[in-house]
Amino acid sequence: MTYDPLLERMPTTQLPAFADRDGVFDLERPRYAEEAASKIHGGCGLMGICDESGALMSGVEAIKAMAVQRDRGNGLGGGYAGYGIYPEFPDHFCFHMMYHDTKAKEDAEAVFDRYFTVDLAEPMPTRAVKGITDAPLLWRYFLQPEAQKLEESEMTAEDFVVHSVMLINSSVDGAFVASSGKNMGAFKGVGFPEEIGHYFRVEEYEGHTWVGHNRFPTNTPGWWGGAHPFTLLDWSIVHNGEISSYGINSRYLEAFGYKCSLGTDTEVAAYLFDLLLRRHKLPLELACKALASPLWSEIDRMPEQEAAVMRSLRAVYGPGMLNGPFAIVLGFNGGMVALNDRIKLRPLVAARQGTRVMVASEESAMREVLDAPDKVWAPKAGEPVIARIEGMDWPIHGDLHLSASEVSCAVTGVDTSCETVEVN
Amino acid sequence: MTAQATQRSAPIEGYVAVDPEVTVDGTHATIECRGVYYRNVNEAVRRCFAEGVKNVTLEHVNGQRYIGTGISGQDLRIEVNGTAGQDLAMFMDGPTVEIHGNAQDGVGNTMNAGKVIVHGDAGDVLGYGMRGGKVFIRGDVGYRVGIHMKAYENKIPTMVCGGKSRDFFGEYMAGGLLVLLGMNSSFEGPLVGGYVGTGMHGGAIYLRGEIEPWQTGKEVGIFTADEDDMKTLRPLIEEYCSDMGMDAEEVLSAPFTKLVPVSHRPYGKLYTYV
Amino acid sequence: MPISLIQPEFKVKIDYDKCHKCGRCVQQCGWGVYSFNERPIPDDAKCRACHRCVTYCPAHCISIQKNELALRENANWSPGLRQAVWRQAETGGVMLTGMGNDKPYQSVFDHLVLDACQVTNPSIDPLREPMELRTYFGRKPDSVEVESDGQGGFKLKDGAGISKNIQLETPMIFSPMSYGSVSLNVHKSLAMAAERCGILMNTGEGGLHADLYPYQDNVIVQVASGRFGVSPEYLNRGAAMEIKVGQGAKPGIGGHLPGEKINREVSETRMIPQGSDAISPAPHHDIYSIEDLRQLIYSLKEATGYKPVGVKIAAVHNVAAIASGIVRAGADYVYLDGFKGGTGAAPQIIRDHVGIPIEIAIAVVDQRLRDEGIRNQASIVAAGSIRSSADMAKAIALGADVIAIGSAALMALGCHMCQGCHTGSCSWGLTTQKPELTRRVDPEWGAERLTNLVHAWSHELQEILGALGVNAVESLRGSRERLRAIGLDEQTCKILGVKPAGL
Repeated sequence: MTYDPLLERMPTTQLPAFADRDGVFDLERPRYAEEAASKIHGGCGLMGICDESGALMSGVEAIKAMAVQRDRGNGLGGGYAGYGIYPEFPDHFCFHMMYHDTKAKEDAEAVFDRYFTVDLAEPMPTRAVKGITDAPLLWRYFLQPEAQKLEESEMTAEDFVVHSVMLINSSVDGAFVASSGKNMGAFKGVGFPEEIGHYFRVEEYEGHTWVGHNRFPTNTPGWWGGAHPFTLLDWSIVHNGEISSYGINSRYLEAFGYKCSLGTDTEVAAYLFDLLLRRHKLPLELACKALASPLWSEIDRMPEQEAAVMRSLRAVYGPGMLNGPFAIVLGFNGGMVALNDRIKLRPLVAARQGTRVMVASEESAMREVLDAPDKVWAPKAGEPVIARIEGMDWPIHGDLHLSASEVSCAVTGVDTSCETVEVN
Repeated sequence: MTAQATQRSAPIEGYVAVDPEVTVDGTHATIECRGVYYRNVNEAVRRCFAEGVKNVTLEHVNGQRYIGTGISGQDLRIEVNGTAGQDLAMFMDGPTVEIHGNAQDGVGNTMNAGKVIVHGDAGDVLGYGMRGGKVFIRGDVGYRVGIHMKAYENKIPTMVCGGKSRDFFGEYMAGGLLVLLGMNSSFEGPLVGGYVGTGMHGGAIYLRGEIEPWQTGKEVGIFTADEDDMKTLRPLIEEYCSDMGMDAEEVLSAPFTKLVPVSHRPYGKLYTYV
Repeated sequence: MPISLIQPEFKVKIDYDKCHKCGRCVQQCGWGVYSFNERPIPDDAKCRACHRCVTYCPAHCISIQKNELALRENANWSPGLRQAVWRQAETGGVMLTGMGNDKPYQSVFDHLVLDACQVTNPSIDPLREPMELRTYFGRKPDSVEVESDGQGGFKLKDGAGISKNIQLETPMIFSPMSYGSVSLNVHKSLAMAAERCGILMNTGEGGLHADLYPYQDNVIVQVASGRFGVSPEYLNRGAAMEIKVGQGAKPGIGGHLPGEKINREVSETRMIPQGSDAISPAPHHDIYSIEDLRQLIYSLKEATGYKPVGVKIAAVHNVAAIASGIVRAGADYVYLDGFKGGTGAAPQIIRDHVGIPIEIAIAVVDQRLRDEGIRNQASIVAAGSIRSSADMAKAIALGADVIAIGSAALMALGCHMCQGCHTGSCSWGLTTQKPELTRRVDPEWGAERLTNLVHAWSHELQEILGALGVNAVESLRGSRERLRAIGLDEQTCKILGVKPAGL
């Protein structure tokens, strides 16, 4: 039987090392390494909106919410993720691709052709926008795992997709998977968020959940893939603030096999959610409490049953606790979660209007989008705002069976599997 | 494919950097702020005042920053309709700013004199380092309210919040008056969060209601407000109620708790010398 | 022939013009330096520079000086080495000493600096905002298993969580120092302070005196090779048990408490006859391999309803693999004792030349346990010369859960590091059983001083955390990103997992 990189599950160990590659890849990808070389600092603004009835709303709402928060960013990164935006292909995985050049596109498409049935491939609809330059080639693909390959792989379709994402990100020079979920997509790049939104014609899509981000990096990486949101399958994450506990958070994750190769807090937060929700099967509410733990003095005042849970959560997940200022929104096909740090060092405001739940860094964003909110409130420190769409489950993809290094690679595009100690 | 609908010709912009529409009527001016960038709004306000206008009304404000920031003058007034943005009335020295709506974070930051009236809620870090003037909030306030307020010479910074507050209320307080009524609130739970008056070494905090010892910093003494305290509070509450359209007698009818520092040098024993 | 070639190390100078001739110095000196003939007459040869007489002299007329006798310079043969040869030639004996390694090895701690926040993330005010040092000590599961409580909330599944962990209010404990090597009043001081600070003291290998029973919830009871005072009652009284395999000051070496120190109370506590020598074998003779350690750990747990069991080892070359084995053998914590750790008595040659620095041991053990995915399964205690809260913070950043202090605790009680612990004549009443000396430590006074020390270091740790912009010690623990090295070689940096300053 011929060697099949995907079906071998961890083929990338046999690929040439990152630094050894030449050609296009070297021109483009080392920016990743540049970003990852030291911890990336930055402030930001963010938003999330979810209609719990599942009703769709235009991406214009997300753009409007980000546009009034323009001054929270510096034009070096903006992005959105929308859910429910591809009703014509609800059961297809949609790959949003960034290509450095046509060679990268051909190589990535060879992977698609080999492992998937591609039902539609097309350039991302964009328009020229002043201020947006150096855009990569942007394509999207609606596809399903090729039935026989999937069967041979003995993987779930989701595992299969993540393996493919990893394969492309790690071995196809100059190609990056911006998102890979079902009925969702990420639109992100270098620019102010309203420019990025306009560029991707985000207002022409309709989704039940949107997250948005405005980036203020204090160094100057300019890589489109490095903008928020970060995604994996249908998860997306946007983040504001800097996590002062990054050092131990990343070491903690490494002990579970994750490799934090991007050096961003967002990446760390994404893996922590993966660890707590998918691998440790914690309820969402408790996962949030593990990441933004109540103070010991608060725990001591809780009723004993609750205190026992919190004490254990904190003692066990202490190294994963996100310490320092942050606000975060996690989007997924079942809804959205917003969370901020345990002493509220970063702003987060929430609002509800009918079935719409919205969060943002500033109240003005919600006033811009919701004409008559029933309620506008500032969530307490560490208390998650959770919006769940009626009839949709979390996590939407069920239990995955991926190793942490595979997840790392899929999210970041940096293959580290050969260095990773697998402990599960 | 999906992306068909309307063709927009220009990007959505939250704010556009254009001069706002200003209507002047004697000493009163109205500025239309919808979608106008904060710098243009604030320039227009300053221009109005420079040209002799005393009262400015800002219409359709939503998130514009720095309203009233750095403005000096005794008889100037800014009315805001909408949601005021970050750092409202920062460094302000004299004018009155009245918000018909909510205020975001950072109201009255390092304010020197004047008055801010918010007919709604206010966000975090309200009145940080306030050195003088008055801040009246009708509703709830966020985290770190009134921290490091300080009295200086004849200036006594004063803040009255009609709703409830989150943690760190009056942290580092060095002077002035901080009053929390707990009346116009949508918060569940107690009047105020934890760490009240931690590091407090001057001034006084009055709470309409009670507080548990765990909620306060160790530097704070908890007392029931006595007659003298109520005499101090009465004119302030009357002024607040008059601005807010509330009944002062009702506000004053409930017992107040007074928090004062137990020492002007709370950390005298913390250090040893090399 | 001269009796000895060794000249006094110190000179005791008394300003007789100021001297009250009160004889206080004669009374205070445990070493017998002074005789009295109308005025105190010192014998320089007996002085250890412990400053007991200096401290208590009402006239402040005593000074202790180095005896500056010129020897021909020799960078290779230090005066100390020459003296050792002379002494061993005289006696044929093994050089015995107390306290920790005094040789000028590089201190890794002194080449590490901590980070602080500026602008992009805020520092936190430790005096006014929450700054949490509470630490749960012991084995933790990898995940927390919960189930619905049927009322919209969650509860722990049976047996899940951290029920066997010990709650410490600050990540410091007292090192094991046995009753016998130190006095009962020292033990009482430590126990009372441990209770007040919400931390732990450790019996050492000499059993638990009945006077300490009221503090038993703050006591780790130690089981060493001599098994002194070990009974089911003893084991059950402790908050945790500790198998002592080794000690940083004397890795691989046993102990020997001379019969003269075994008075009635020591005898009762150790459960050995009065006046008999108390000998601790070098190894536990029921642990010749790792599976035997597992057997002992579980026999202790079985005897106590599964209380936590820790294992104390000296930091030696292969410490990472050993620690991994200990964790896999079921220990709830691994106590690492670095080669600068103190001792009541040890051969100088062992004390000064065997073992590795605690900084290195923490780094390699923490990393090894992480690599193996078992870091959560045990706490790491770091000891062996933690000299300040800065050392504590750096040890924690390298990966220690908790640090232990022994020498610093004794210093809080008066110790001046004269290295005479093994003589049993400690003038400060610490490492002695002579009643006229032991009564010099009032447990209440001692407990207050120890409590002050723990609180002071804890405050300083809070200051460090605040500057780092984190408000809980778990966010510093293992966060080597917050350390930088100055003047350490590349290989050492790599082993420590710490970047050089500037990177």
